Amino acid sequence: MNRVAVTGSGTINSLGHSVKETLANMAEGLCGIRPLFLRDVDRLDIKIGGQVKDFDPTTVFNRQQLALYDRVTQFTLIAAKEAIKQSGIIFSGELAAKSGVVLGTAGGGVSTWDDNYRAVYEEGKNRVHPFVVPKLMNNAAASHVSMEYNLKGPSFTVSTACASSNHAMAQAFQMVRSGLSDVMVTGGSESMLCFGGVKAWEGLRVMSKDACRPFSANRNGMVQGEGAAIFVFENFDKAKKRGAKILAEVVGYAMSSDASDIVMPSKQGAARAIKGALNDARLNPEDVKYINAHGTGTAANDKTECAAVADVFGRHADSLMLSSTKSMHGHLIGGTGAVELLACIMAVKDGIIAPTIGYEEADPECALDVVPNQAREIEVDVALSNAFAFGGLNAVLAVRSV
Amino acid sequence: MDIGAKVIDIIAEQAILDPGDVTLESTLDSLGIDSMGLVESIFAIEEAFDIHVPFNANDPSDSEFNISSVSSIISGIEKLVAEKS
Repeated sequence: MNRVAVTGSGTINSLGHSVKETLANMAEGLCGIRPLFLRDVDRLDIKIGGQVKDFDPTTVFNRQQLALYDRVTQFTLIAAKEAIKQSGIIFSGELAAKSGVVLGTAGGGVSTWDDNYRAVYEEGKNRVHPFVVPKLMNNAAASHVSMEYNLKGPSFTVSTACASSNHAMAQAFQMVRSGLSDVMVTGGSESMLCFGGVKAWEGLRVMSKDACRPFSANRNGMVQGEGAAIFVFENFDKAKKRGAKILAEVVGYAMSSDASDIVMPSKQGAARAIKGALNDARLNPEDVKYINAHGTGTAANDKTECAAVADVFGRHADSLMLSSTKSMHGHLIGGTGAVELLACIMAVKDGIIAPTIGYEEADPECALDVVPNQAREIEVDVALSNAFAFGGLNAVLAVRSV
Repeated sequence: MDIGAKVIDIIAEQAILDPGDVTLESTLDSLGIDSMGLVESIFAIEEAFDIHVPFNANDPSDSEFNISSVSSIISGIEKLVAEKS
């Protein structure tokens, strides 16, 4: 069993176009959720989201690339560039042959589906662009990362709704820990903020029209976000040997399935994943000081998640911090766990705990320290990142300071 | 068909019951309609009457729309239909 280091991180999301900008804004408790700018927004009931701002893909990619890159692939490549550059790794020879990329996304190229359905249904066209399929497929982003960086080892995309990124990163972690690969590029991305993507979520009637206020008694639902976060997971000893800067150590994970309901979360399923991650990482509950919550801002999630944390941690639940950064960047669905891992790394590396903003009123059913509204400076050794998906599929990761 | 009968039809279909078994006093709970069934029923009602029902599944009891019984649902729909015309 090898130890696993994080030696690179990159992101683009509604809080920033880099890790530095994102973390600075998380530490400030800034809100990236704003009025949506997208076609036919006037026909939507939900008109807010964590949209990536000031982003013009034509300044980053050329015409040929844009013909192949859905917005979700664009975000992924931008985040991957930052992460791999930070790691300082150039993939060649044997290293390239064994290194791969495992990413999470729930929807893949949603705007490509949306645009082309419009073309054939609404505009009555009988012809679509030749690259519609390679542009929209769920593995497109992973494949483009592999091509861009010469990653020739195990590469694929995991799709488990809101837990996609955590499941993907758990796979990458396992590969490095087991010695299958020395380096894996991992994380996730999502870009559903188009008319069809938002309309689909409206249907469930769980979206907020004004703000995402996890754990606050007056919360009224979730808010979608978009973007990507990518990491480089590397064999710890080899990273140390080459003098790489190690951001954090990934120490364990667990996955579980509720096997009960397609949308309602289960306390038992969530608790099994949290407990499983502690066991896998050989941690005692008291070791954990911070949990980045799934914290969607829906009644169903927030109550269940707090109950699961209380069950697993017992009395220690009252002395740990649990915050939901979705209050700032929105719910990136399949990409959310990746952006949220950034907050965990900030906690163990910089000792800054990102807050749950928009918190206005205590809820007795969520009576934990949710780090309301203001970031906190406190040394943290171990942090967990929770993801509990529709379909009852859960994945929890544990990271430690180095 | 009047609004009440149509709403009862929709609720009965969701509950897999005969419309005769759905009374004005019935609650969704007593009919065995869970939160997903409720969201589906609201959708079917919106489609049938071409209206928008103000309903948030996060806290149905807190919505502007009263779903405590079949009769409260019907009066809510009647009001929305009247507002439309």
